[in-house]
Parts: sequence; structure tokens; C-alpha cells
Amino acid sequence: MAGSSIMENLFQRSLEDLIKAMRLQLIGESTFISKATEEIRREIKSTDQQTKSTALHKLSYLSSVHGVDMSWASFHVVEVMSSSKFAHKRIGYHAAAQSFNDDTPVLLLITNQLRKDLSSTNEFEVSLALDLLSRIATLDLARDLTTEVFKLLATARVFVRKKAIAVVLRVFDKYPDAVRVCFKRLVENLESSDPQVVTAVIGVFCELAAKDPRSYLPLAPEFYRILIDSKNNWVLIKVLKVFAKLAPLEHRLGKRIVEPVCDHMRRSGAKSLVFECVRTVLTGLSDYDSAVQLAVEKVRELVVDQDPNLRYLGLQALSVAAPKHLWAVLENKEAVVKSLSDDDLNIKIESLRLLMAMVSESHVADISKVLLNYALKSDPGFCNEILDSILKTCCNNVYEIVVDFDWYVSLLGEMAMIPNCQNGEEIENQLVDIGMRVKDARMELVRVGRDLLIDPALLGNVHLHRILCAAAWVAGEYVEFASNPFELVDALLQPRTSLLPPSIRAVYINSVLKILIFCLDCYLLQNDGSGSLYSGNLDGRQSELFSVKNDTEATELATCGGSNYEQDVGFNPRNTAEPSEDLSVENGIDRAAMHGKTFTSNLLEKKNSMQESIVSLLNRIELIFGPLIANQDVEVLERAQNILSLVQLIKEEIIDNSGQSVDIMEKKDTRVSAIINSMRDAFTTELGPVSISAQGRVAVPDGLVLKDNLDDLQEICGDTELPSSSFGTGGPHLTTNSDASSSNLLNNEESGPLNECTSLIEHRKRHGLYYLPTEKSEIVPDEYPRANDPKSNSNVNDEAAELVKLTEQSLLLKKRTNQTKPRPVVVKLDDGDIAPISVKRPEPRDDSLSGAIKDVLLGNETGPSVSRSYPSDKSSRKQTEKKKLSTNGRSEMKENEVDAEKPDPESPNSSSKNHGHSKHRRHRVKEKSVEGEEHDQRGKKKSGHHHGRRKTHQRAKSPLNVVSQTPVIPDFLL
Amino acid sequence: MGIRFVLMVNKQGQTRLAQYYEYLTLEERRALEGEIVRKCLARSDYQCSFVEHRKYKIVYRRYASLFFLVGVDNEENELAILEFIHLLVETMDRHFGNVCELDIMFHLEKVHFMLEEMVVNGCIVETNKANILAPIQLMDKSS
Repeated sequence: MAGSSIMENLFQRSLEDLIKAMRLQLIGESTFISKATEEIRREIKSTDQQTKSTALHKLSYLSSVHGVDMSWASFHVVEVMSSSKFAHKRIGYHAAAQSFNDDTPVLLLITNQLRKDLSSTNEFEVSLALDLLSRIATLDLARDLTTEVFKLLATARVFVRKKAIAVVLRVFDKYPDAVRVCFKRLVENLESSDPQVVTAVIGVFCELAAKDPRSYLPLAPEFYRILIDSKNNWVLIKVLKVFAKLAPLEHRLGKRIVEPVCDHMRRSGAKSLVFECVRTVLTGLSDYDSAVQLAVEKVRELVVDQDPNLRYLGLQALSVAAPKHLWAVLENKEAVVKSLSDDDLNIKIESLRLLMAMVSESHVADISKVLLNYALKSDPGFCNEILDSILKTCCNNVYEIVVDFDWYVSLLGEMAMIPNCQNGEEIENQLVDIGMRVKDARMELVRVGRDLLIDPALLGNVHLHRILCAAAWVAGEYVEFASNPFELVDALLQPRTSLLPPSIRAVYINSVLKILIFCLDCYLLQNDGSGSLYSGNLDGRQSELFSVKNDTEATELATCGGSNYEQDVGFNPRNTAEPSEDLSVENGIDRAAMHGKTFTSNLLEKKNSMQESIVSLLNRIELIFGPLIANQDVEVLERAQNILSLVQLIKEEIIDNSGQSVDIMEKKDTRVSAIINSMRDAFTTELGPVSISAQGRVAVPDGLVLKDNLDDLQEICGDTELPSSSFGTGGPHLTTNSDASSSNLLNNEESGPLNECTSLIEHRKRHGLYYLPTEKSEIVPDEYPRANDPKSNSNVNDEAAELVKLTEQSLLLKKRTNQTKPRPVVVKLDDGDIAPISVKRPEPRDDSLSGAIKDVLLGNETGPSVSRSYPSDKSSRKQTEKKKLSTNGRSEMKENEVDAEKPDPESPNSSSKNHGHSKHRRHRVKEKSVEGEEHDQRGKKKSGHHHGRRKTHQRAKSPLNVVSQTPVIPDFLL
Repeated sequence: MGIRFVLMVNKQGQTRLAQYYEYLTLEERRALEGEIVRKCLARSDYQCSFVEHRKYKIVYRRYASLFFLVGVDNEENELAILEFIHLLVETMDRHFGNVCELDIMFHLEKVHFMLEEMVVNGCIVETNKANILAPIQLMDKSS
């Protein structure tokens, strides 16, 4: 046996051999590693400690650098940890720190080993154990080893004391009751004269204070002393972080520290310290103008520095300052704007953030325009950052900043046209949201929607589908504002819609239905026999609406939708008087000829042409939606089916009556109009924004189980393939159903975006029937400057200058309101309109931890002030007391230990009286403090801390002060 | 916990040292390292040394062929972490003499030891080079 282990030992590869071999290997790294792992698996089972630990050493190397799993070896790790040789032990501890976690089963086995090593006389062993504890401590480990850690907190060996201090952080985190035992010693370490100890302990307090600053206010004097005395920048940075958290909580504290902080800022040569001072001032001391002034001065140096690191941090500091001190940003706006064209994306994003912080309603349009131009030239990532920040800024607080919604809606349209745009979802939400909230913007919305819908190229861009969805919805919902409903239907019916995912196709189909109802409604009204009054009615909608716009009474009627159509026109004779001044003509959007817009007074001719277009519309719908009946998606299928049935019903009636006498015609029409009227009524109810808390107000009906387990469903539906949401499935399915020629063409189209234009033209030639009027689509490229037309670099500078100018205006124009037209009404809900703020203030994460700390701090440090009645404090105290009672005698034992170690000459038997009740304890502390005072009065001032304590006690004695003060003794510093 | 992890990665993207101060599974580590390395190694010298990634802020610095990447939480002072990296490199330099990538590869446990002296539980506890190296030198002498 012994012989074999020697052999093993001799032939075992050391870690160094392994690394060398790996560098020379020719078999591929992964093969080599798996071979090496096999070898290790063999070796690690050895009974020889040397062999075993070398194997483990190799394994932990492979694990940490090459990601080899080593969880299987955890028992071997424990074995090596318990070795008596330090070199082995070290390997074992390192492996444990690297691979153990809360779920490692062998964790239960190491408690005793750790306890032994923590109490070892060899400080390196102690150090190993502490380091492991800091990495893997669980509740059990922390609880069981608190005593050992506590002892180490006061050890004379600084080498282990500083580590013990750092470990306390993890112990507190896992086992808050440890606070009662260890906290006092931790605080004592703050007063240590050893710089190493102070470095460690301030790091711990920095972390603790970040979670729950309020609990540490009583320690302010100690921190203050460190801030004044320490020469170590690392320590100063940490202590500044603590103060940045504490200062906002206590006004008087800010007053005390503002001078020393500014001193450091002025004097220090270390950029890191100066920057920390700046950050502290801007976050915690932002009410002290002189300090902020100084900080902003420092920031100004940073933002123009050569070093990109400093520029970045400078901009970050500015965005910290922005909410309270916008002037700081404005002062540096040139640097900010310049950073927008920096090499570094991170810097650009910071700069963008600041730029948006400067935006005000007076020039949001100009800045957005310039930014949009930036976006066109930027890489996709930054482009979307820009779009995102414009969208977020503008929709903030229900479009607070937007005055001209027509502008904003067309801006949204322009954004959608940017090729790299990936913010489809946000644009979709805003388009729909504006539609519901802002009545006056609906006309522009429909126009923008139309422009998006008629462009067949857009359908190929996956990122735009959501926007198209919104456009289709808007077009259907607010069709009464459309200049040409027939054109909208054409756009919604174009064959490339097969590229859309089914959910969005369903929206398209529904919009077709809405528009169809609207058209039929108009048609029937025209036929209603009121005669010449309605000449040009369908196409005259536009002019009617425009004329109505001036008429406040009628505006309301018009926007209420088609139901008021009849009245509306009746009230508004101007409509008939000036039909030829149709605004659509003025706009140059001459769609008249196509849809039989003739201004002849010949009623019959008019009627016939109207009927023709209606019939052709019905035919087209039938032709396109016919194949959809076999669609895989239920929603698409059902909606298509519905609309088809309706079309068939109506078509019969309308076609039948052609050529028949007017009497019969009218009779038949009444049946159709009854249908249409009821359909129309269904659509005319106005949709408004929905409060986000609306769902909460709906009571759950009896018998409705919301959280039922639906796993069984998987078995039942397992074999039926659910339709995937991607448009891929919809596409081919449709093409197989449509006629051969069109399917060919569709395939052509899909073959590449480059062919799009030519194939489209071909399409149109062959199927003039369901395509948009050619001239319209050709206009599109002119209307929107294509995104990728490159601009020269000089333009960038021009634009930068322009931006500087624009931001300059922000201060001047802020007061001036140059509103050419009043801001339209934006519907707001009383509650739940604004989404709950996602960035919650970090709540004191660990109630038990902070409770325990308060208990200890207030109990020990400021006994007298606590004895005042203070309801919330009392309750928390009660809680902790309860907790204490519920935990077993162990913690009480420790309590006694603490007391035993206190120098307490006056009452040697008091610890026996102490039953862990804080009341007793407080009482005792009071006694002690009186004693301490006597000491002081004898002139034995030992430390600043002591000094401070004496003062509070005196203060606490005088009743007047006691009443007015909070329990956190902030006046320590005064 | 200020420092969440320390990584050393060479120009080819191979990890030379990985020290985590919070537990992540092997898969999480591998994914995280991959993402961070891809992000940071693609950056030029004219760009700043701070990258935000998931919940971390990565502060990195390049020395010859080796990248030192330190993941910290949002509270940490970036410039101080840059100094920390420099301190680590100086400490290694003092110990190994003209430290290079190979030194770190073949003496990984020593580098881990230095780190253990400097950082406990994510807090920087020691910034004095002599103090950091004392236990290692003692161990070298005894072995």
C-alpha cells in the first residue's frame, strides 16, 4: 500500500507539469482537459495526502480557468481541508472557496473544522478559515461561528483582525442576530489607531450604510474624525461614501462636513478622491451652494479632459446634478454637445441623457429634429438610443413637454421610417395612446398611419410590424378623418401583409371591417334620398371636416364619430356650398378620379360611380380574405370569416338592386342599412385610455380559478402544433392557397429586399386590381429623405453648433411661451396614469439586520436618549425582543459573554442579573455612562469618541433638549 | 459588497484568473466572462475604461497583452478601482520581477493569495504592498 502511494506520488503530474503540457498539447484543448480530468478523478481517490492535494490543486486550477465542473469533488475538498499540513490545507480551502455554495451538502461537515482553524494559533490558518467564511458562510455557519469571529475582532494580531472585520459583513448578512454580539466591537475598531484595521472597518460600514443609512447616524462622530484625520485616500473615499448616504438624513451633519469635504476637493491631487468629493457634494450636499459651485468647477475640468475616463465620469456627475442644478449642465453644454460625437458609445449615451435633461417644451421640436439627423448617421445601437431617449422624454408625464401634437405624431412617423429603428413597441404604444388621449391629433395620426400603411417595403421589416399594427388600428378606429378610406383598405389588403405575424394581421382585418362599415354607411346615407345635399359626400368628407373645425359646436359632433354624420352635415350647409374647395385638392393629394369623385350635379351618375367603387371594394375583400379561411391562426381565421359573411350578405343586396327601380332599391337598402347602422353603432363608442389599476377594480367572479395548474393541458395538446407567432408560418400557407401566379410573385418578393421595387412594379401591372394607385407609392421616397443618404462631416459640426445654440435658448425661452396654437386637451386619468416608478428607493433590505443594529447602537451608545418614549422605536424594540426570546439560549449566552468582557468594575454581579432584556441592559448602560462621565470629569479624556459621548449625556440630562431631539444624537458634532 | 469579481484575460480572450466574490454557477460564470470579454476587448484605447454590463459596472485596464477586469456594483468609485488594478499589478511586479502573463499562469495560487490579502468579501482591506506580500514571502521562505 505504502509502496503504491509512493509510486503514485512519483508519477503524478504536478500543476506545473499540467500547465506546460497544456501549452504543448496537440490534441485540442477540450480533449486534453477531459483527459486531465480523468487522471485527476483517479488520483484524487488516493489515500496519500500529497497525491490527493496535488490532484485537487490541478482540479481547482482547471475549474477556475477552464470552467471544469468540480462539484463532484466536494468531499475530497473537505478531506484536504482537514489536512494537518498547511500547504495541503491551503489547497483545500482555496478549492472550497471556489466551488462551495449554499447547496453543497458537505457544508455541514466543515463547521468544526472551521471552528478549529479559526481558533488556531497559526494566524495563516485563521486567515484561510476567515477567507472561506467570507465566501461561503450560510445562516448555519454564521450562527455557529459567531463566537469565534467575535473573539477575532479584538485580537492583537492585526493580520487576522482586519479579515475578521471584513467577514463580519457576511455574518451580519446571513445571521442578523450576530449584530448583538459583534457590533460593539466592530465600532470599537473604528477608533483603532492601526490604519489597516481602519481601512477594513470603514469598508464594512460603507457597505452597511449603503443598505440602511439611518441606523448609522449615531456613528457620525467616528466617521467625522476619520474624515478629518485620515491621510489614506482609500479610507477617505469610503468615508465620503458613508457621508453621502448620511448627510441627506440629517441637516446638521451636512453643515459640519461640507467644509472638510471641500477642503479635500481643493487640496487633493488624487483624481479618485476629488471625484468622490464631487459625487458626495452633488448627491448628499446639494443644498450647499458654495460646495456645489466648487464641485461643478471640478466637473468642468473633467468634461474637457483628454482622458476619456474623466470625460465619462464628468458627464455622469453632471447627470447626477441635473435634477437639482440644471444650470450646471447648461454651463457645460458645449462640452456635452461635443461629446455626442465622441468615439465612445458610453460617452455618447451620457451626453444624450444630459441633452434630453436640458430639453424644454419651447425647443423640443428643434432638438428632436437635430437628434434625428444624428440618429440617421449613427450606428444602429446609438441610433436606437437616440430614438429611445426622444420617445421617453416626450411621453414623460403624459406628453407634458409636447405642445404641438401634429408635429409629434409626424415625428413618430419619421422615426418609423428610419431603417435602423428598433423601438417599434414604444412607438406603437405612443401612437395608440395619443389617438385615445388627444382628439385633435387624430387627423394627423390617420395621415401618418396611411403613409406607413401604403408603403409595401415597410412590411418586410420585422421591427416595424408593431408600428404598422398601431397604424392599422388608428386607420380603422379614426377612419372618419381619412382623406380616402378606399385607399386605406387597399393598403390594408395588399398581399405583402402575409409577411405580418398573425396577431397583427388580425388587427389589419379588423381595421378593414371598420373602414368597410364606414364606407357603406356613407354610401347608404347618400342613397337615402336626401338628394343633392349629399353630392360628393364621401369624398367631400375632408372638406366637411375642415370646415367643421372652425365651428366649435360641430367639432364635437364630428369627432364623436360617424353616428352623428347625418346631423352634422345637416347643420353644416357650408359643406355643400364649397365642395370644390376641397382641402384634399389643395394638398395636392388628388385621389378624386380614382374613386369617382365628380362634382357634377348628376345624382345618378354619382350614385353609379359610388356603387361601382363599393362593389369593387367588396370584391377585393372577398378575393383577399377568401384564402384566409384556411389560415392556421384562429384569430385571423375567425375575423376573416366574419367579414366575409358580412360582405356576402351586403353584396347580394347591393348588386341585386342595380338596374332596378328606385323604389325597390330603397326598400332593399333599408335592410342593409339596418345592419350597417347597428354595426356602425358598435364601432362608434369612443375608446379612451385605461387606467393601469383598472384591472384591480374588477372583482374576480365566483368560481373562477385564476391560478389553476394547466400542466394537463400540455398532454392533451401536446401533439397539435401551436401556431408560432412568427410570420413565417402564415406566409407559405397563404401562398399555397392563392393562385399560382401570385404565389410565384410572392416568392420573388421574399427572395430579397433589393428586388422589391421591380417585383412590385410587375405586381401592379398584373394585378392592378388590388394595388394602390401607382403614383402614390412613387411619391413616398420623395416625401421622406431616405435614411442612409450620407451627410458630410462638416454637417456634424454645423449640427453641433446648432445644438449648442438650441440648448442656449432653453434658458431664455423657458419663461417665454411662444405658442402659436393652444395645446390640445390631453385626456388624463385621475389615478394610475403614470406607471409606478420602477426605481424604488432601496428599502432597508434586511429589517432584522437594521433593527438589530438600531437596537445595539441606541441601546449601547445612547442609552439615555432611548429611554424616552418613541413609538416607532418602541415597536421595533419589541420586535427584536420577541426575536431574542424566540432564539434559543445561545444568543443569550453570547450576550452574557459580551457583558463579561466589558470592563465593569462597578457592578460585577450585574451580568448575572441580566436576562437578555434590553430594559435591564439599558438601565445598566445608563449606570455605566454615568460612571464614564465621572471619569471624564476627572479630566481623563481619552478619545474623541469618549468626548462626544460625554456631551450627549450632558445633553440628555437637560430635559429641554431631550424633548426636542430625535433619538439619533446628531449634535455630537457641534 | 463593492468588488464582485476580478478577471484577468489575455488578448485572445483566454481567462488567466477568475476570482468571484459572490457565488455564480459555472454556466453563469462562463456566460458572464464571454460577454464581458467580448465587450471590453473590442474597445479602443480612446474609449473610456468603464462598461456597464447587467447589474455590474466593469472597470478594466490593459497591461501589455493582459486585460484586468474588475466587476463592481454601482456605488463603487471607478477611479479608485483603476488604482486598485494598478496596485495589484505593481504588487505582482514587485514579487515576480517584471511580471508577465506566464508568471500568472504558473503561479496562479500566489496571485490568488495576493488578492486574498487585498480583498476580503469584496471589500478592499489592504493597500500596502509590503503588507500584501509579507505572508507570501514567509511561505516561500518556509517551503
